Amino acid sequence: IMAATKASKEQRYDRQLRLWGDHGQEELENAHICVINATATGTEILKNLVLPGIGAFTIVDGHTVTGEDVGNKAQAATELLQELNSDVSGNFVEESPDKLLDNDPEFFHRFSVVIGVQLPESTCLRLGSVLWSASVPFLVCKTYGLIGYMRLVVQEHTVIESHPDNALEDLRLDQPFAEFQNHVKSYDLDSMDKKDHSHTPWIIIIAKYLEKWFSEHNCQLPKNYKEKEAFRQFIREGILKNENGVPEDEENFEEAIKNVNTALNLTKIPGAVEDLFNSEQCNNITSQTPSFWVMLRAVKEFVHNEGNGSLPVRGNVPDMIADSQKFINLQNVYREKALQDAAAVSKHVECLLQSVGKVCSKNASFLRVVRCRSLAEEYSVDSVNKDEITSCMDNPDSEMVFYLMLRAVDRFYQQHSRYPGVYNYQVEEDISKLKLSVNSLLQEYSLNVNIKDDYIHEFCRYGAAEPHTVSAFLGGSAAQEAIKIISHQFVPFNNTFIYNAMSQTSATLQL
Amino acid sequence: MADAEEPMAVDGGHRDCDWDGRWNHVRKFLERPGPFTHPDFEPGAEALSGFGVIHVVDMDVIDVSNLNRQFLFRPKDVGRPKAEVAADFINSRIPGCKVVPHFKKIQDLGESFYKQFHIIVCGLDSIIARRWMNGMLISLLSYEDGVLDSSSIIPLIDGGVEGFKGNARVIVPGMTACIDCTLELYPPQINFPMCTIASMPRLPEHCIEYARILQWPKEKPFGDTGLDGDNPQHIQWVFERSQERAAEFNITGVTYRLTQGVVKRIIPAVASTNAVIAAACATEAFKIATSSYIPLNNYLVFNDVDGLYTYTFEAERKENCSACSQVPQDLQFPPSAKLQEVLEYLTESASLQMKSPAITTTLEGKNKTLYLQSVKSIEERTRPNLCKTLKELGLSDGQELAVADVTTPQTVLFKLNFTA
Repeated sequence: IMAATKASKEQRYDRQLRLWGDHGQEELENAHICVINATATGTEILKNLVLPGIGAFTIVDGHTVTGEDVGNKAQAATELLQELNSDVSGNFVEESPDKLLDNDPEFFHRFSVVIGVQLPESTCLRLGSVLWSASVPFLVCKTYGLIGYMRLVVQEHTVIESHPDNALEDLRLDQPFAEFQNHVKSYDLDSMDKKDHSHTPWIIIIAKYLEKWFSEHNCQLPKNYKEKEAFRQFIREGILKNENGVPEDEENFEEAIKNVNTALNLTKIPGAVEDLFNSEQCNNITSQTPSFWVMLRAVKEFVHNEGNGSLPVRGNVPDMIADSQKFINLQNVYREKALQDAAAVSKHVECLLQSVGKVCSKNASFLRVVRCRSLAEEYSVDSVNKDEITSCMDNPDSEMVFYLMLRAVDRFYQQHSRYPGVYNYQVEEDISKLKLSVNSLLQEYSLNVNIKDDYIHEFCRYGAAEPHTVSAFLGGSAAQEAIKIISHQFVPFNNTFIYNAMSQTSATLQL
Repeated sequence: MADAEEPMAVDGGHRDCDWDGRWNHVRKFLERPGPFTHPDFEPGAEALSGFGVIHVVDMDVIDVSNLNRQFLFRPKDVGRPKAEVAADFINSRIPGCKVVPHFKKIQDLGESFYKQFHIIVCGLDSIIARRWMNGMLISLLSYEDGVLDSSSIIPLIDGGVEGFKGNARVIVPGMTACIDCTLELYPPQINFPMCTIASMPRLPEHCIEYARILQWPKEKPFGDTGLDGDNPQHIQWVFERSQERAAEFNITGVTYRLTQGVVKRIIPAVASTNAVIAAACATEAFKIATSSYIPLNNYLVFNDVDGLYTYTFEAERKENCSACSQVPQDLQFPPSAKLQEVLEYLTESASLQMKSPAITTTLEGKNKTLYLQSVKSIEERTRPNLCKTLKELGLSDGQELAVADVTTPQTVLFKLNFTA
């Protein structure tokens, strides 16, 4: 039965396993998520976590079902969601988060991520503080009229497998390692027959021509456009000619010429990785240090020893025109070097207490750490990010205005115990009240910005509505961010995301 | 999904199926004036009954691998037509909404079907299908004295996803950029060169294609049946042959999962990104149906691999778009050019990208097929024409060629311009 279940899960989850692998899926199935408030937004988020097979979810919601939220409250929601995937365990707690914070704040410590939906500011800040101390990632979500808002609050989130979209190759042509140099020596372009010549990998071609170039240019790489052009021409002259002096069709040489620009990129450690090497956690390893930092330190040790200033070799080569044997042999040179480097990293890791440095070694260029400011820092007058706010507001199209409006309606709520414009008769009179909230907000934080009356009118018009299509957009976005946190794959946003459904635009702000 | 003509409820959401408060969130957008609404917007409660009738067209049946994201389906529904199960689900759960299913290809339905709708929303899985739908809506446009009759316009909302990337666009046929206007935006499909597959494999994918393209038709392991990507026995056979080939060339990395992915051209997919794009499309459908806001103008790109990234821009109409510009398409060739060259141009040009065009013309008052691929007997009969020159075929300068192809529901007219 175990085998049958595993097989059917592989089939069911096939399309997503191709993105985060079996190990990512395992993390997902071991996770327990809490969603506070089963509103349209809350249930949309949950749907997108239940479908891919989250281990368990708990809904916290103290509201009862009303006409406008049919089917969206804790128990009803739990039942309907469970129907989507029988592998997932669903729980519900019919209690307001404020009550839980009063009586049992440690309730929230058990979760992999807590997602707070449509929370008033005071609850948000209280919960934020509890979760920050407990190092539980917190995702705040809000749908307000046609505006979607997300805020990620996580102290330190490490990512080994960031899966970058357009990574540059790691070929080391500017500083070839010994095994590669030996392999290149085994080729003699001048004495090859036509078939071999046309099926030599472009990497070998560039390496060969670089050697010649070095000897004529004082061991300097082609540096500027002029020199690179000359180098390309140099390679072009190497194309075989037929008996009439007409160049043959050698696609591998064309590939070499095309790749000159990127192949000559200097091998260097990305700034983001250097910063990690210089961070406190990396340099102060104790028995309590999480394994990410131990592995990172091992990579750093490698860089200063076996690596001679460079990261471990990644080991991948792109596909290219070549015959099978030449390609496989070349690929193996890189792969074996990568394995060698990874073994060296693992040895450092052993020396630093732990095991398994291989995955970290291969992904060394792409390691990322996301650190978000706490809500307390964002909201405090002393540490508010004034610069980000005022510089964004210089641009009339910036989504920053919506962030300020959301803060203003929260302020309105605190004062009037309701949101503006909920009932038709309130819309007109609430405009001036909301304007007061806006001004008090700007004054408190000494923000010298101007918010047009149109936005104040629009936010009264919204009447704190939670339209389904905007909830659904946020539902997909938030669920994926939660999956990134749980799986430690792909990179979460930092730290505020605003979606404007009117213009179908968005912005990520760091507040 | 498409919306059908139904009289909207006049008294604002008080049908039997509308309980108290059902439309509270939506009515704020319909009843209240605001500073960002569409210039044509008139506040009122008339549209307050949601989308009354929706027709769904889908040629597929449900597969287990759909269940990780297609939430209207359950394990018990595997094997049933998607359109029918989706309709059943919504009809039984959402009072007041009627979904009419069509277990068909979009191409199986014609003008009289499509012209009944206010809006068409597409979530198709191929560019060919998109172009066909695009062409259909363009063919419904009517012009009076060269002026477009706006009542003949049916907006098209198109969404697509691939892993963590997606896009949503709004097309107003005859007015905004259409699918063919932006054909160059779509990346070409990866097809490995035959010589690589046949004699110089380097990647595990090459080994799999070898088994699929060369070994299967030769060895016919299950009789005369075509390779069925959904048949695990077929995939297992391809997998084993691929492993053998890979071993011959010292290539690592052939797995069952990779085999299936290559054979079925599988694109990874998750619930979350699909939800984002579907939501964006639904938002546009709402805006267009209610005139409450100016719709997306006209293309949204989304990517949440690293944070969340969106890019919104106005795709421009192409002046000489072969689908929507009404400008006769030019074919510039010397009379000594062979028909083969014309065929290659039709399939390889970035702006046309036809799949298997059928070329006909009128010669001496009679309709003549110059070349047609899709019917074996006609293909054999017209194949020699490919090697003949345009002059030899009797074509003259200014000759009109009619080209039919799966990428468009209507034939495209080309004018032959002889160059020196």
